[in-house]
Amino acid sequence: MIKLSQLTVGQCGRVDRINDHGPLGTRLMEMGLIPGVELKLVGSAPFGDPLEFDLRGYRLSLRKSEADYVDVAML
Amino acid sequence: MVTPTTAHELGTMTVALIGNPNVGKSTLFNALAGVRQRVGNYPGVTVDKKIGRMTVGGRNCSLVDLPGTYSLAPRSPDEMVAVDVLLGRRGDVPPLDAVICIIDASNLERNLYLVSQVFELGLPTVVAVNMVDVARQRGLKIDLATLEKRLGVPVVAMQANRRHGVVQLVEALSQIIASPPRTVISPLPEAFTKEVKRLEATLANGHGKGAIPAVPRYLVERLLVDSGEYIETALFKKMPDEKVRQKLRHDVEAARVRLRDDGHPVPAVEPISRYRWIAGVLDGVVQRPRQAPVTISDRIDRVLIHRFWGLAIFVVLMIVVFQSVFAWATYPMGWIDAATALLGGAIEASMPQGPLRSLLVDGMIAGVGGVLVFLPQIFVLFFFLAVLEDCGYMARAAYLMDRLFVPVGLSGKSFVPLLSSFACAIPGIMAARIIEDRRDRLTTILIAPLMSCSARLPVYTVLIAAFIPKEYLFGSWFSLQGLTMAAMYAVGMITAIAVALVLKRTLLRGPTPPLVMELPAYKWPSPSNVLHRMFERGWAFVRRAGTLIVAVSILVWALLYYPHNVEQVEAPLRLERLKIETRLATLGEDDPLQQELQRQLRTLNNRVEAAYVRQSILGNLGQWVEPAVAPLGWDWRIGCAAIASFPAREVVIATLGIIYELGGDVDVDDSQSRTRLMSALRNATWQDSDRPVYNIPVALSLMVFFALCAQCAATLVVMRRETQSWRWPVFTFVYMTTLAYLGALITYQVGIRLIS
Repeated sequence: MIKLSQLTVGQCGRVDRINDHGPLGTRLMEMGLIPGVELKLVGSAPFGDPLEFDLRGYRLSLRKSEADYVDVAML
Repeated sequence: MVTPTTAHELGTMTVALIGNPNVGKSTLFNALAGVRQRVGNYPGVTVDKKIGRMTVGGRNCSLVDLPGTYSLAPRSPDEMVAVDVLLGRRGDVPPLDAVICIIDASNLERNLYLVSQVFELGLPTVVAVNMVDVARQRGLKIDLATLEKRLGVPVVAMQANRRHGVVQLVEALSQIIASPPRTVISPLPEAFTKEVKRLEATLANGHGKGAIPAVPRYLVERLLVDSGEYIETALFKKMPDEKVRQKLRHDVEAARVRLRDDGHPVPAVEPISRYRWIAGVLDGVVQRPRQAPVTISDRIDRVLIHRFWGLAIFVVLMIVVFQSVFAWATYPMGWIDAATALLGGAIEASMPQGPLRSLLVDGMIAGVGGVLVFLPQIFVLFFFLAVLEDCGYMARAAYLMDRLFVPVGLSGKSFVPLLSSFACAIPGIMAARIIEDRRDRLTTILIAPLMSCSARLPVYTVLIAAFIPKEYLFGSWFSLQGLTMAAMYAVGMITAIAVALVLKRTLLRGPTPPLVMELPAYKWPSPSNVLHRMFERGWAFVRRAGTLIVAVSILVWALLYYPHNVEQVEAPLRLERLKIETRLATLGEDDPLQQELQRQLRTLNNRVEAAYVRQSILGNLGQWVEPAVAPLGWDWRIGCAAIASFPAREVVIATLGIIYELGGDVDVDDSQSRTRLMSALRNATWQDSDRPVYNIPVALSLMVFFALCAQCAATLVVMRRETQSWRWPVFTFVYMTTLAYLGALITYQVGIRLIS
């Protein structure tokens, strides 16, 4: 189990848990980051942050600090 | 008596349009309402009230465009607007007869989240599945018939940009519109629904006793499940009794604990349940190809987000946009200036001299011209902003720049508004709407005027050319003049960063808003969307800001004109004038002396003009303020010009021209005119002495003042409109003027000690 921010480009992960119980966590879940969903790290911005993911058929960008709150299982 | 059904048959219906951002909602709205749309304002929030007219089943229908959103969980007053409209709780929008949910065919899962929330409201609903062409390109096959059956509402396939499916949508709308309210089956677990009912009962009880206003079921659900405190605060405002609030808070907390113990923690229970429902609805409905084809959009994205190339293309694109504003807007701005001058000249020629003529020419016409002259910049900038937003690049720009803004407390979304402000803060401030978070948006708006806008350029140009020596550093690499120009821009930017940091730690302190941003697929921008946006913004500016700006221009005119004591000013020079005029009258048409005498007459007129200004209210103000600006190295003339430039910064050049007896039409772009001003500045001396006013430290202090000051009434007026209050423009004026004063002071005091 690693943090979502620790995936490498091209790697897929399956969401295990969201560790924020406030508005950020809600926001992440509303956008589809539910336990069980699979996503892939597609790339990152020039300075290494934010990160771009492919999930549920669309592209989502998250800051590393935001991705830190998501536990994923590597696939 | 009119029964409800007859009322429906007779009256206008109201339908709302809701959907995720980037699904083609604006395109659909334009397709349905056409030109019959009006943009207004919901008081107290910065959301636009966009209402269009259409015909459904032969009857009139109002179409309310709700802001694009991913979820109906309101976290701010802006987001609450959509919820209130849907619940019929807003006085300015009638209760809804139906809702159109527009969703993206390639993205059904996430889009259905919002739909599942809308379903809970029980309104007649139609689901429009848009961008079916894109889904087809991706190899997706969608079984719409099954989807319709599972959702229980009409589902219409659409391609809004080609108007495909619009007729079917309107048809479906007319069929469901008078249907009875649907039974709402919530996807949330039993335990949750039970708690909601319990809370509802408590609230109804309190309502019966008069202590609590009526709270619709949807809001009770939100109260229970939302993790932020917005709903609570919003509802509590209507409950003055502290005991009642405490009880309610306690009840909600207890319910949440019970749910958690039951295995349904709040807030996770909502998204988890809804996505589970979505999975059930979509089971077997969507067939994805085995290997997802790489779409053109993906290919483009690989380049545009590439670490190196993406950034390089981004920089080039921004430069192109920027340069275009200057190139494309300059001509129309010149025409407007010329037209203003022509009209002014015509009136001057046809009216007798006097306050009315001066008011019309120098006050009103100049004022109106001063408003219209902003339009080309607004149009060009919003053209580009609309194109970038529509094609999907705007989100990438925010993504690329985010890392730079986070340390300042902002996000990458602030980049484009601030960049635009380098051309003109007005479209920049208007563009700040793309920032959803209220504090970030406000901070961006408040620092936007510090980005050295194009109006400051003439000031820099003249002062640098006049006083900064044409020397070079490090061989011929860096010209001192160029460096000074760059330094002025840097002063603005660095101050902006500092102000943003301070604001985010004090007045606008709050949790850093998350980025969590969708990067939409690229698509061709729709010309109608772009044009609509462009004209709507330009028109909004003229309508809202126009009158106020003209009012300020007239005020400044009055301050520069009155008391206009003719006797005091013209009497001493009357003899001289008479002499020149009589001599002129005796000369023939081709007499070479004509030119010389005309020139003398002009000089005389300029002296008269300067004398009027000196004795005007503003002139007196300048002289009165002189001791305050002396530490900056200024004399009363500079002080006067600085005050007079409040309506627009360019006025400072014209005012300086008048004060130095060059007449009011000093044109910075005309080299002869500029040279005259420059030499006038160089030769200016302090009153009653031979000491020159201007030297390098003074020039620098004046430039620093202009870099940091808020001398632009138009910007402040637009700020008021975008922030819905006068508090912020006043704050901006005060903080910027203070910083400008201090900056100029430090520059001068340090300057005279370093440069001697």
